[in-house]
Amino acid sequence: MTLIRLFYEFLKIGLFSVGGGMATLPFLYAMADNTGWFTYAQIADMLAVSESTPGPIGINMATYVGYTTAGIPGALAATIGIIIPGIVLVLIITAILDKFRNNVYVEGAFYGLRPASVGLITAAGILVVEISLMNTALYQQTGSIADLFQWKAIVLAALLLVLTRWVKKTKGLHPVYFIVFSAVVGIVFHFAGV
Amino acid sequence: MLKELFEIYFTSVKVGAMTFGGGYAMLPILQKEVVEKKPWNTEEEILDYYALAQCLPGIIMVNTLAFVGQKRKGTAGAIASGLGAVTPPLIIITVIAALLTAFADVPAVQNAFAGIRVCVCVLIFNSILKLWKSSMVDKKCLAIFLVVAAGSLFLDLSPILFVAGAGILGILIQIAGRSKAK
Repeated sequence: MTLIRLFYEFLKIGLFSVGGGMATLPFLYAMADNTGWFTYAQIADMLAVSESTPGPIGINMATYVGYTTAGIPGALAATIGIIIPGIVLVLIITAILDKFRNNVYVEGAFYGLRPASVGLITAAGILVVEISLMNTALYQQTGSIADLFQWKAIVLAALLLVLTRWVKKTKGLHPVYFIVFSAVVGIVFHFAGV
Repeated sequence: MLKELFEIYFTSVKVGAMTFGGGYAMLPILQKEVVEKKPWNTEEEILDYYALAQCLPGIIMVNTLAFVGQKRKGTAGAIASGLGAVTPPLIIITVIAALLTAFADVPAVQNAFAGIRVCVCVLIFNSILKLWKSSMVDKKCLAIFLVVAAGSLFLDLSPILFVAGAGILGILIQIAGRSKAK
């Protein structure tokens, strides 16, 4: 039953996520809410692994989520599910390619879809900020603003932002370098508090 | 026939295994495989496929490779290339996931992932900025962005509703714009 549900959920993601790997994030958060298969923190971890290994991020995420939920059969069900809609659409489009290009409906749909997709990814990003840079549980206990933020994490985030955007030598580097760097910083400074 | 399908499959396996993160990173590898090494496609075809694949829902790399496979061997070719693209991630991720699950309770692993999550925030932020440039054509787009971001954050609705709604709204805006221009 879980396998069929996994396949169906990822079929939906394959049909409705536009704009690459990150676009699958909001759907995974919704899936975590609805099924309880995994947590928000696990989604962030899976995204980091997906960015650091070969292959498209969307596929890596599907495989990882599928495996976490239902082992190897789950990995297969989710991965096959997410690629089917795209392949079917490719086949349809090659059949009607010329009509598709300058169609007012198609243009219009993407005019609206692109900003919506960015909006969904932004909302998903804010959830990641909440679990990695903030500590809402501790804040609710103590009521002290100083407890709302994980200061070590915020310093690292600021440093990474500078390295990925402004420092000429590092800004073109592959994300995997920043991920490994952050892992080392996390271990050295005990980011999880253990 | 079968030999050609295997060739398509293994070409896709190569592209899938050598590309980190999909997207633009796959283009040089794909060009090398199907334009330079094999006479399957032209440079322009690859760029067209890539542009179209980005507009379609789903995984950009899989869609691009499906176009390549389709041109070579029709429907069977498209399926062969799709399966090829997902084979490397299926194997690699399954092994990593199995290992990480086994070591999830080790303090060093927990600390490492707490650090990595911070990096994920920054990576998401950077990719939002990149997408921002190509999607915010005018103020109406900005309005759609704000409504969807806030709605997705505060309302318990499926992302599908926002995607479908924004698509329909986009069509209406475009049609209204055209009739005004006339």
